[in-house]
Amino acid sequence: MSDARAEILGKIRTSRFSPYAVKNELGTVEDRLKNHAPNIIPTRGDGLPEEQTRKFIAEAEMVNATITRVNTNAEIPQEIAKYLAVNNLPSRIKHAPSLTHLDWSTTLMEVKQGIGEATDEVCVTLAYAGIAETGTLVTYSGKQNPTTMNFLPPVHVAVLCAGDITGSYEDVWLKLRSDLDNKKQTASFIPRTVNLITGPSRTGDIQQTLLLGIHGPQRLHIIIVNDKIS
Amino acid sequence: MSMSLDTFKENARIAMADQALQVELGRLSEGFPIRRQKAVDRMPEFEQLCNQARDIKNHVLANLDLYLENYEARVKEHGGQVHWCRDAETARDQILKICKATDAKTVTKSKSMIGEEISINGFLEDHGIKPIETDLGEYIIQLRGETPSHILAPAIHVSKEQVEADFRRVHTDLPVDRDLEDPEALLQEARGQLRGKFLQADVGLTGANMLVAETGSNVLVTNEGNADLTYALPRVHIVIASIEKIVPTLEDASTILRVLARSATGQDISTYTTFCTGPKRLGDPDGPEEYHVILLDNGRTKLLGSEFEEILRCIRCSACLNHCPVYKAIGGHAYGSVYPGPMGAVLTPGLFGMEDASDLPNASTLCGKCESVCPMRIPLPNLLRSWRTRYFELKPARSFGQYTLSVWAWLAKKPKLYHTISGLFMAILGSLGRKNGRLRWLPFASGWTLKRDFPTPMGDTFIQQYHGGARGDASGQWLREIKNE
Repeated sequence: MSDARAEILGKIRTSRFSPYAVKNELGTVEDRLKNHAPNIIPTRGDGLPEEQTRKFIAEAEMVNATITRVNTNAEIPQEIAKYLAVNNLPSRIKHAPSLTHLDWSTTLMEVKQGIGEATDEVCVTLAYAGIAETGTLVTYSGKQNPTTMNFLPPVHVAVLCAGDITGSYEDVWLKLRSDLDNKKQTASFIPRTVNLITGPSRTGDIQQTLLLGIHGPQRLHIIIVNDKIS
Repeated sequence: MSMSLDTFKENARIAMADQALQVELGRLSEGFPIRRQKAVDRMPEFEQLCNQARDIKNHVLANLDLYLENYEARVKEHGGQVHWCRDAETARDQILKICKATDAKTVTKSKSMIGEEISINGFLEDHGIKPIETDLGEYIIQLRGETPSHILAPAIHVSKEQVEADFRRVHTDLPVDRDLEDPEALLQEARGQLRGKFLQADVGLTGANMLVAETGSNVLVTNEGNADLTYALPRVHIVIASIEKIVPTLEDASTILRVLARSATGQDISTYTTFCTGPKRLGDPDGPEEYHVILLDNGRTKLLGSEFEEILRCIRCSACLNHCPVYKAIGGHAYGSVYPGPMGAVLTPGLFGMEDASDLPNASTLCGKCESVCPMRIPLPNLLRSWRTRYFELKPARSFGQYTLSVWAWLAKKPKLYHTISGLFMAILGSLGRKNGRLRWLPFASGWTLKRDFPTPMGDTFIQQYHGGARGDASGQWLREIKNE
């Protein structure tokens, strides 16, 4: 195996002496990795917080997510119960550990906590961030946020704090780097899995017709809360 | 490469006569290009983003050795393993070794063109391990024993009725009289069938849309969410990726993501974009315990430093297929290669050798549409021309067309003879079709006249008209006027 490594790297190095070799105009590898400078960031995610929230909602709705807004954390469980009732969904949920401190006793829902499993009908998670540019939710793996909860159930309800809505993907990388990396500018900050989720699961593989919910959730409901969840 | 590259012309003829295929291809020509244009119109910075995406990939290709070393170091830091593989055979062996070490019975797979390139499915089956394709399109063609006909929508050639028939044939545990008329019913059935397979699999095999050198992550882009169930549930996650998939940073990955989905499906971003880095961490409640990356060369280093280097910028968005008049007429299977369409016609002889692929660089009208929609700015028509030159230099057996061209070239160098013969030819053609002004049949061009009529020459040749007109009619009047001015 290590022979293959040396051989491949050797061939790459030799190829750089060819007159056909493409020109590099972006500086050195070391600088690029260290500075991770952003490229052009489209302006459409820009704006004051409330404007970004409006943009996030508009983009997410365009890709078949549904959204409600509430003021306080206390309203979240009732809002979920209402959503399940209105859509004729079972009144049983499993929530991520990140939402343990919400007062779930205020509704009649059957409430469990844990990782995503095949039998789950509705999973409720807390998003790390929202991206206004495309109505995208960001979540990452860890004790508080099992990855499987985002993908196994047919119904995914995501709680998103309005204050966590940013403009672009680049904003999220900056936030992740500063939230998770004490040493700064090393690779170690990145969690095992970072998920960008934009609307519910879909496919066009049968007759090029858009159908929702092939492997991931068929429904994605986002509850934007003005409170901070901590 | 077991498919029939050498029978391209015959494949194309069959594909054009296949009415069912033509219906699906018609749908493609209507769907993808329109959706792409709408998405591009919604992003004023699109062209600038494409330029930057091109520059990023050029920078990577110029420093690929350093980036691969950085990437490998980050993967190892996060507890993953990197396996460098020269070719398809060593890649297959390595995957099998990992599967055997974990005593795998089944392997779930999310769509990977590298998986197709190294024919991993048949190989695993031969060794008693069951590969299960989970992308709906890939699942359908796996049931049918076919290969993908499109790099993004592998089952684009299959009609809804065929999917229904395949599901009835294979899903024998379900009631025979169930209603599968509605596409939604087909979707629910596929979801139900694959759910258990996701949960039981011992190994999850995914491709990678990109590898991020900064973090040691692989990027997975899907709409279905199948890749996420493929890596998150089994004990082992294997990533198969070729060496040119590297991008420097998360910021660079973001730029490429912005042009990828728009060019591919006309979405602003695909539903699920995932960054995976190493196996699960201490305290993680779910995720794989082992993380392996198969880093494949398989001919890429041959292309580096060659006049075809720019094809290594390709991000497999499929815009060039969706806009190609040849692809839209014949579909992907006719190309006989894992990679069809314009990008495939450039890549196939480069990766797999020129011997069997001689028709592919000619499977293009060089209309330039592919280059105009390529988000990575790959000069596809130029690269196709370069392949044509290479094939010509090989001097293979001359075709009828080439003989005709050499006769014409010889004649064109003798103006007097040329004008006499062309004048004669015009006169004959003219007298043949003078009655109704068109010809229903032409010698040596019966294929062309099968679908259209050829207009009868009006009278003299251009040169005859210029010199005053042999027949002395008015047809050359306008030319004489210009001449006199």
